[in-house]
Amino acid sequence: MIAYVIRRLFTGVVLLLVVSLATFVIFFVVPRLAGASPDTLASRYVGKAPTPQAVQAVKERLGLDDPLIVQYGRFVKGIVAGNEYKAGNDVVLCNTPCFGYSFRNSVEVWPQLMDRLPVTASLAAGAALLWLLAGVSIGVVSALRRGSFFDRLGMTTALAGVSLPVFFTGLVSLALFSYYWEIFPAGGSYTPITENPGLWAYSLVLPWCTLAFLYAAMYARLTRAGMLDTMNEDYIRTARAKGLREGAVVTRHGLRAALTPIVTIFGLDLGLMLGGAVLTESTFGLPGMGKLAVDAIRGSDLPIVLGVTMFTAFFVVIANIIVDLLYAVIDPRVRLG
Amino acid sequence: MTERASTSGLGMTGTGASSSFLDVRDLRIHFPTDDGLVKSVDGLSFRLERGKTLGIVGESGSGKSVTSLGILGLHKRGNAKISGEIWLDGQELVAASAEEVRRLRGKKMAMIFQDPLSSMHPYYTIGTQIIEAYRIHNDVSKAVARKHAIDMLGRVGIPQPDKRVDDYPHEFSGGMRQRAMIAMALSCDPELLIADEPTTALDVTVQAQILDLILDLQKDFNSAVILITHDLGVVAQVADEILVMYGGKSVEYGRAEVIFDRPRHPYTWGLLGSMPRLDRDVTERLLPIVGTPPSLINVPSGCAFHPRCAFAGRNGGRSESEVPELLEVDPGHFAACHLGRDERVEIWESEIRPKL
Ligand SMILES: Nc1ncnc2c1ncn2[C@@H]1O[C@H](COP(=O)(O)OP(=O)(O)O)[C@@H](O)[C@H]1O
Ligand code: SF4
Ligand SMILES: [Mg+2]
Repeated sequence: MIAYVIRRLFTGVVLLLVVSLATFVIFFVVPRLAGASPDTLASRYVGKAPTPQAVQAVKERLGLDDPLIVQYGRFVKGIVAGNEYKAGNDVVLCNTPCFGYSFRNSVEVWPQLMDRLPVTASLAAGAALLWLLAGVSIGVVSALRRGSFFDRLGMTTALAGVSLPVFFTGLVSLALFSYYWEIFPAGGSYTPITENPGLWAYSLVLPWCTLAFLYAAMYARLTRAGMLDTMNEDYIRTARAKGLREGAVVTRHGLRAALTPIVTIFGLDLGLMLGGAVLTESTFGLPGMGKLAVDAIRGSDLPIVLGVTMFTAFFVVIANIIVDLLYAVIDPRVRLG
Repeated sequence: MTERASTSGLGMTGTGASSSFLDVRDLRIHFPTDDGLVKSVDGLSFRLERGKTLGIVGESGSGKSVTSLGILGLHKRGNAKISGEIWLDGQELVAASAEEVRRLRGKKMAMIFQDPLSSMHPYYTIGTQIIEAYRIHNDVSKAVARKHAIDMLGRVGIPQPDKRVDDYPHEFSGGMRQRAMIAMALSCDPELLIADEPTTALDVTVQAQILDLILDLQKDFNSAVILITHDLGVVAQVADEILVMYGGKSVEYGRAEVIFDRPRHPYTWGLLGSMPRLDRDVTERLLPIVGTPPSLINVPSGCAFHPRCAFAGRNGGRSESEVPELLEVDPGHFAACHLGRDERVEIWESEIRPKL
């Protein structure tokens, strides 16, 4: 077990290295091949009217003239141990994990990510709670009453849920609940939980519901299919033959088995989402990781994009490891090793 | 018509409580499906006393499992159309509420299934599953139930039961799993035990052990046992009575020795002829039943067995057109066949028995 965890952590680290190399190549090597020089890169940091001196200073400070392999090494080292940038006599310290500096405002990338993380985490946590509860219970009831009005209504709604893009459902809900009925605030009104928990929740109700609608639809379909399978298993018949009440048969025996693939997918979805729910954040103007990434892409702010990518990859890898471990906890037939 | 025949044939009035421990009267279990009405059980009657064993024998698809699940009330009411009467210790189950039957399940009547691996929940330990079964009907603490579970496991012959109680089903061998299944079924001291092909999924070497175990426990618990099998050989030594099923109906019913010694139905002859025998070569076999069992949606007209019966031509067309009644051929021995009684005795003695 412990050996397995260590091995999984090790492969996780290797995976992250591969991701870092890939993103580095995409963001720094490809532009060069396309004809960009260190000068053009450096001039991004300087602003609208770069003077040759300023560009030169940036190049020296960030070592943009160094061979690519050295730059990659510095990039990785920055993440694990931080970096020092020398400009003439003064030394600028970029703390661990150092993802470099934003082009736009020359601020370190990492603190910006950390600024945005609570927003994305708030969005993800609330939405996940909603979609798990709604999706799983709708799926269970649909499976138990297969072919009923509830089942057909639920599954039609779920089909709409998975096919409608978030920016559509998001805009419709904004139009209805915030502009027409004025029940919930319009976009861009996020309040941190530390400031005012009530306002925090209030500002997140619409994004939570919009995001949860999409995922609840997927989870309802998944749960329904799983329950239809497991409720036909022989061990369900055994549970009934023991005289167990139907409620316990459904939850303790049926749902317990149907939940395995759902837990797996839930872990991965949550991991991915911590890297930013791009569409939802953009639609509702939430200053989260996704919004940061979109704005960075729009402004060609490579270090930020790179930071968000690495950060997301980190969560996905971690989520994968946790899910694999959970799998062994849920299903005793799974042997880790 | 069959209804009158089978009940009157067994000498029953069809009304009122029964003096027998288990009394099944004209049981019908039909499933309406998109392809048509599946008549899985069609007018079945039998009786069983405490301490006795009834063997229900028939090829796969003859309605044996549907019968046993019907007795336990495990068919979905919206799914299956059930009529007839099932009297268990003076209580009628077909008309009883689902909740009443649930309370009897596991306590008064219990079941052992064919495949112990798929019949146990893969995510719970053997112990957890037995404890659950015990605590449904007994208001005891988990610790007490656990001790009981360990006792039961020991009783069905599982070594080191105090350790194995925490194993998962997949960590048991096939035979041990079936023992655990039996321990679970017997945990609440049921008075009726239904074993649906309990040895079919097991190695030949453990089949006999499991059968012996069931019979030993039957003596200890003095329970009534229904042993379901497709193999007459399995019930040969253990059953007091045998009911031969074909196409959802009872075609022959009587004391076990009688069924083996003086069978009065061509289908039973076929089953006897296809029993594996150590002293004969397979090629010498007299009556391998040709063809396949009937679909229960389109049961053949007349006697359901007629497309496969070597004697169907001897009844002037009645085998094809008229459903034979289950009639008493000897006291306590019933068979459903148009062949004359003496003709059957003659065929059995001269054509069948010598070649078995
Ligand atoms: N729920 C059901 N719906 C429709 N048909 C069924 C159902 N359960 C069993 N049957 C049919 O009833 C017949 C008898 O089945 P079964 O009792 O399982 O036979 P066996 O004697 O092998 O145990 C089969 O043809 C089967 O297809
Ligand atoms: S009734 Fe006819 S077909 Fe049926 S078993 Fe008797 S002889 Fe064979
Ligand atoms: Mg069966």
